[in-house]
Amino acid sequence: MRDWLLYRTFWDLTITGLALGSIYSLVALGYTLVYGVLRLINFAHSEIFMVGTFGALMASQEFLGIPMLEDGGYPYRTGFMLIVFLVFILLCAMVFSGLGAVALERVAYKSLRGNGDLFGAVVLAFLTGFVVSMVFVDDTLANVIVAAILTAPITMGYMSLFRRGKQSPRLAFLISAIGASTAIAEAMAIWGPEKREQYQTPRILEKDVLFSFLGADVRVDNVIVIVGALLMMVALTLFVNKSRLGRGVRAVAQDAETARILGVNVDMIILVTFALGGVMAGGAAMLFTLVYEQSRFNIGFILGVKSFTAAVLGGIGNLKGALLGGLVLGLVENYASAVFGGQWKDVVAFVVLLVVLMFRPTGLLGESLGRARV
Amino acid sequence: MNPVVRSLRQVGASLAGAKAGLASRWNAMGPTQRLSAYVLGVLALYLAPWWTEIPLLGSIVDTPGTQFTTVLSDRVIIFVLVALGLNVVVGLAGLLDLGYVGFYAVGAYTTAILTSSHASLPWLLALPVSIAVSMVFGVILGAPTLRLRGDYLAIVTLGFGEIIRLSAKNAEWLGGSRGINDIKHPPSIGPLKFGVVDPKPYYWLGLTMVFAVMFLLHRLENSRVGRAWVAIREDEDAAELMGVDTFRFKLWAFAIGAAVGGLAGVQYAGKVGFINPDNFPLLLSILFLAAVVLGGSGNMHGAILGGILVSYLPERLRNFQDKRVFVFGVALVLVMVFRPEGLLPKKVGTRKAVAAPGEGGAQ
Repeated sequence: MRDWLLYRTFWDLTITGLALGSIYSLVALGYTLVYGVLRLINFAHSEIFMVGTFGALMASQEFLGIPMLEDGGYPYRTGFMLIVFLVFILLCAMVFSGLGAVALERVAYKSLRGNGDLFGAVVLAFLTGFVVSMVFVDDTLANVIVAAILTAPITMGYMSLFRRGKQSPRLAFLISAIGASTAIAEAMAIWGPEKREQYQTPRILEKDVLFSFLGADVRVDNVIVIVGALLMMVALTLFVNKSRLGRGVRAVAQDAETARILGVNVDMIILVTFALGGVMAGGAAMLFTLVYEQSRFNIGFILGVKSFTAAVLGGIGNLKGALLGGLVLGLVENYASAVFGGQWKDVVAFVVLLVVLMFRPTGLLGESLGRARV
Repeated sequence: MNPVVRSLRQVGASLAGAKAGLASRWNAMGPTQRLSAYVLGVLALYLAPWWTEIPLLGSIVDTPGTQFTTVLSDRVIIFVLVALGLNVVVGLAGLLDLGYVGFYAVGAYTTAILTSSHASLPWLLALPVSIAVSMVFGVILGAPTLRLRGDYLAIVTLGFGEIIRLSAKNAEWLGGSRGINDIKHPPSIGPLKFGVVDPKPYYWLGLTMVFAVMFLLHRLENSRVGRAWVAIREDEDAAELMGVDTFRFKLWAFAIGAAVGGLAGVQYAGKVGFINPDNFPLLLSILFLAAVVLGGSGNMHGAILGGILVSYLPERLRNFQDKRVFVFGVALVLVMVFRPEGLLPKKVGTRKAVAAPGEGGAQ
């Protein structure tokens, strides 16, 4: 036990824990939204986050041309330009993640709900052709060409093989999600810019100490992360609670069949839900690269597991629960790594989850997006 | 209808025809013929290490890079055992377990502790102890958590698997991240030498375990316990109302699944002689689950098929090198989209209805 470390650095740990927790919360929102609407653990959501970090990298390195400087002498910018840069990178990450989430829904899940459509068939057909041609030729360009030629006939085959109107068992969704998750991460490892290596993202702002809070130094990036995450969550909550589409999301979460009968376009709402989760994951990805300045093809996996834990801890399907769960998890991890050492922090986090679920079987705040409100 | 679909349908029809033909021939066989067919099949499986010697078959099944028998003994047998155990939890009782690797690790670590690092029992004595310890862990995990609903159970079991792995990694008593080496091999019986060089005896031992577990689980499936599991899977509330003690039977499913997972761990530890926490990553739990669902959760033969595919194919496709995991991911999605019940779906309904020819698809 090193509890003296906890006392000495308590407020430091609190600040960094809240920053980490905010990122967990944002990713947890994606799990919670999809779970609320589809009762599906969207296992591939972690890869949507990973795609977002690559979006942030592309934005800052390719589009804005921010150089990588090892000696720390980066040409940092201030004032208006800094905000423009940050917002631009944020939007890029959100677009990457949002589009990724929407494509994921249409390819890996929609046909399992018995609504397979042309888009899903085309992507699946292309992937099939690609994988089949990989057996014969080990050359990516040739594979793409073969796959492109084969796409049309296979698509027609798939369109008529889709099990229309048949809901698949829930395990099938989970395995499809796991497959999609593996495929996305591996695709990034094979064809991504840095292959399997970890890479650094350029530093965008100077990490000055902004002010001191009870003896703890509060850096600029911590403030941006916490405030930014809170703003995004407020915006999401407003959208879900006030807008017409948000009402649709809540309706489908409560009772999809009744919503359909009452004229809600359920497939549309599901797509919106995935897009919302993806956008939040993109925001989380941008904030993550801002603080940690790194990413990797498999970075989503552990973070995804943690965020899902956060969502369950707070009460899955509950937006406020995702916020609370993420913050609690971030704090618990930080305190635990001070007391027991960094190698035990995950153990402590999972034990806390176990204990919470034993006494509150539906999480800290309970489920709410859907059934609890019935 | 386009030509691709037509040809696919034709292939499907001819496959179905072949299946029906085989089934009718099987039904026409007398008991002695059936018995001899079984014996031949089992014999062929025991002779699997020599399949690579057969001219055409050999070139198809042989694995590049790794000896075929080693793939069988180190991966395929282990995955089949694990899939059989996990099928009880996921397929029969319908409990989503994302931390099954934990029980596998408990089995392996108990054997390692008892035969190498803290005691020097023979492997044969460590075997029942390890299975019992795994079972106890199943109960320890199950007792507080089985009252949770399905998806909460998933994350809790996932956490459990991680707790086991991280504890093994961080506790010096359990060997830390170096792991434990010099684990004893099974005792040699006459010409069967369980050493380091020849993997064949391990394969035979594992195959025997698979048959034993299959027999026991088959008996269990068709007993009161098995029927209770299926009832819980189909509708837990209804089962409870009909007087099934759901909590007790779910706990049983966990314990028995854990025991089989532990058995696989014992077999693995006894074969490789060296384990460390990196042998038991979270990803392995997910692969195990993928094996069961890919093959057909709820159907023992499906689970076995899934276990074989998930463990063998990556080895066979070694020349894909780093692309094989990508292929695996795409294949999972494709199978789930077009065969959501798995390759060999479970049979639902009464046994009479199953025997009736015609509609094979579930639901």
